[in-house]
Amino acid sequence: MTPGGTPGAPGVVVVTGVGRYLGAHVAARLAADPRIERVIGVDPATPGPEFTDLLDRVERIRLDLDSLGGLLADLEVDAVVHLALVSAPDQQHGGRAAMKEQNVIGTMQLLAACQRAPRLRKLVVRSSTAAYGASFRDPAVFTEETEPREVPRGGFGRDILDIEGYVRGFRRRRPDVTATVLRFAPFIGSTADTTLTRYFSQPVVPTVFGRDPRLQFVHFDDALEVLHRSIVEEHPGTYNVAGPGVLSLTQAIRRAGRVAMPVLEPGLSGAAAIARNLGFGRYGLDQVDLFVHGRVVDTTRLEREYGFTPRSTAAAFDDFIRAHHGGVVVSRDQLAAAEQLVLEGIRQVRSAVRERS
Amino acid sequence: MSGRDERRDGRYDVPLTVAGPDAEPARRNGHRRTTAAAAEPAAHDEPDTATDEPDTAATDEPATAAMDEPSADEPDPAAVAAADEPFRMADQRSGGPEPAAVEEPAEATPDDHGAVAFAGPAVPDRRDHWDRRVAGGLAFLRRRLAGDYEVDEFGFDPHLTDAVFHPLVRLLYRDWFRTEVGGLENVPADGPALVVGNHSGTVALDALILSAALHDQHPARRYLRLLGADLVFRMPVVSEIARKTGGTVACNPDAERLLGNGQLVGVFPEGFKGVGKLYSDRYKLQRFGRGGFVSAALRTGTPIVPVAIVGGEEIYPMLADIKPLARLLKLPYFPVTPTFPWLGPLGMVPLPSKWLIEFCPPIPTAHLTDSADDPLVVFNLADQVRETIQQTLHRLLERRPDPFGP
Repeated sequence: MTPGGTPGAPGVVVVTGVGRYLGAHVAARLAADPRIERVIGVDPATPGPEFTDLLDRVERIRLDLDSLGGLLADLEVDAVVHLALVSAPDQQHGGRAAMKEQNVIGTMQLLAACQRAPRLRKLVVRSSTAAYGASFRDPAVFTEETEPREVPRGGFGRDILDIEGYVRGFRRRRPDVTATVLRFAPFIGSTADTTLTRYFSQPVVPTVFGRDPRLQFVHFDDALEVLHRSIVEEHPGTYNVAGPGVLSLTQAIRRAGRVAMPVLEPGLSGAAAIARNLGFGRYGLDQVDLFVHGRVVDTTRLEREYGFTPRSTAAAFDDFIRAHHGGVVVSRDQLAAAEQLVLEGIRQVRSAVRERS
Repeated sequence: MSGRDERRDGRYDVPLTVAGPDAEPARRNGHRRTTAAAAEPAAHDEPDTATDEPDTAATDEPATAAMDEPSADEPDPAAVAAADEPFRMADQRSGGPEPAAVEEPAEATPDDHGAVAFAGPAVPDRRDHWDRRVAGGLAFLRRRLAGDYEVDEFGFDPHLTDAVFHPLVRLLYRDWFRTEVGGLENVPADGPALVVGNHSGTVALDALILSAALHDQHPARRYLRLLGADLVFRMPVVSEIARKTGGTVACNPDAERLLGNGQLVGVFPEGFKGVGKLYSDRYKLQRFGRGGFVSAALRTGTPIVPVAIVGGEEIYPMLADIKPLARLLKLPYFPVTPTFPWLGPLGMVPLPSKWLIEFCPPIPTAHLTDSADDPLVVFNLADQVRETIQQTLHRLLERRPDPFGP
């Protein structure tokens, strides 16, 4: 244990992916925690200007994950937080090939480096509920023990399965390291900017015809809290992180005041691929599968072990709606007004007919 | 048989729906309704789903008052003004005593003008029965469009089920199939139970009718959470409806989770073997699969309530199964009935058979929790359930000599 480090809390923490939204916020929050001596942010790219204020107490190192080994040994790192995952291919940054390189190869290299780091005693890896795949025979609610029935079609889902496989191997080789895998539901919140928040920000939202998937979200701030607790406390194992409760997709769209546009399922994957290549949106098979099957996880283990319950899916989504009320097509007040208008109209017609007769 | 008479009474006590066009054959079959039952609840249960909508307590209160008022006032000649002519004509036209007349507005539901002309004079105030109905319907629509409702983790949407799905099935089971439900005291008022039934009917209408009838007639108004084959969840639209009405995929994690939450779970272990059997095999229980339902009950210590459903076999009597076509369409069977596919969409209308549903005494499993993985215990229990259902089926069939009787 590093002198000065509080028992339980590690002294030197490395955070990967600080160039991205989640990584930057986690690193900043760890840096603000007095129990942690040093927070080192690692990213192959220089963090964007929007994060410079956030990261002023974080030591930033511009580094590829394959050269991490020396760093972990030299700096006597106690804990590694691996957040450098890409959830959707970005055509400007190399598409699916670069995404896989970053997710799978990056994690392999990171774990190889961690395996050789003598002082390391804690590893926190970001995963996703996409690890459960999507199948018609799936149970309605996934617990951490549920095995995926089919390998996901989407790239991100497959990457997540690979990543979790590597972490399992790491656990076997380094049983002394506390490894925590956090399977996050899609992030949402007032500030988060993800594929899904962009999806719900559109005025007209495409859905799959005849399907109303059950969705769960986790509020971004709650995700930060869980990540922070994973580092300063001891929570070995795999945890689902999601807001309790469920929203159906149409319900979410209606609550957000958007209009759903059902699209026929056959050919949807192809259409999504074409749209992606043309540069409209980044919907892939991961999103199509989510919108056909939905995904609900059980968070009992998280609540029990962490003593923390994220805010409910509905509350997290409300927070998102409040921040994105700009694109509202149908508001609650308009609906109430329309209801009154129709009711009055019917009453007038009826009284007119009554007087005539 | 006194038990039978009691059941009969129970059945007629239930608020009767209105006679929609669907209900005609029921009456032709000699389906009598008591005048009291017909008159009073006409306002409550009608094809229009709005009245079931528990929107707010504030609006509900005057609702009952407004609904009771017209039925009390209308027959009173003093209250009938000169402008009441259409009403009295309607009364005479139906040729019946007053309850028939009270029933009239219900039949006029789709016809807006008739309804307006009719309801107008009876209640001069604008807050009348039809106004309530319209307001309720609009409030329901507004809540749906605003997303102002809750779904549980399985996707069950009680708001939609109560307001749309159950009223539709109610029409079917009460007026078309004249369903009699018995042994409701065997279904616990709270806590989990696994309801195991026989499956039949080419289209699995029996599951829908069982769940709606149980919810309507059980004193605790319990919802039956059905477990469906994965084919149901493969199909668009159908999967959505199945989840919203409380169904989920038939698998042990879901069954145990629902039972663990204290829900009433309904399962048909015959699966497609039961639904897709030929008419000549009617009321012969098929194999009960691997008994997965028994191990789910054993693991949670839940009592098993066998239920026998008579009537489902005659709704679409399956004369043949075109297997190549079924394989082509990736369906478990392709039915040929006297009306399907010959009459096209008309062949989808179920034949109006007489239905009897009987819940049998629960089989406790709490003492067997440790043997959930013991195949011998599981198979024995599955056989016991199967035998109970089969014997109850035979008993019910004796009570119903004519499948299309009253």
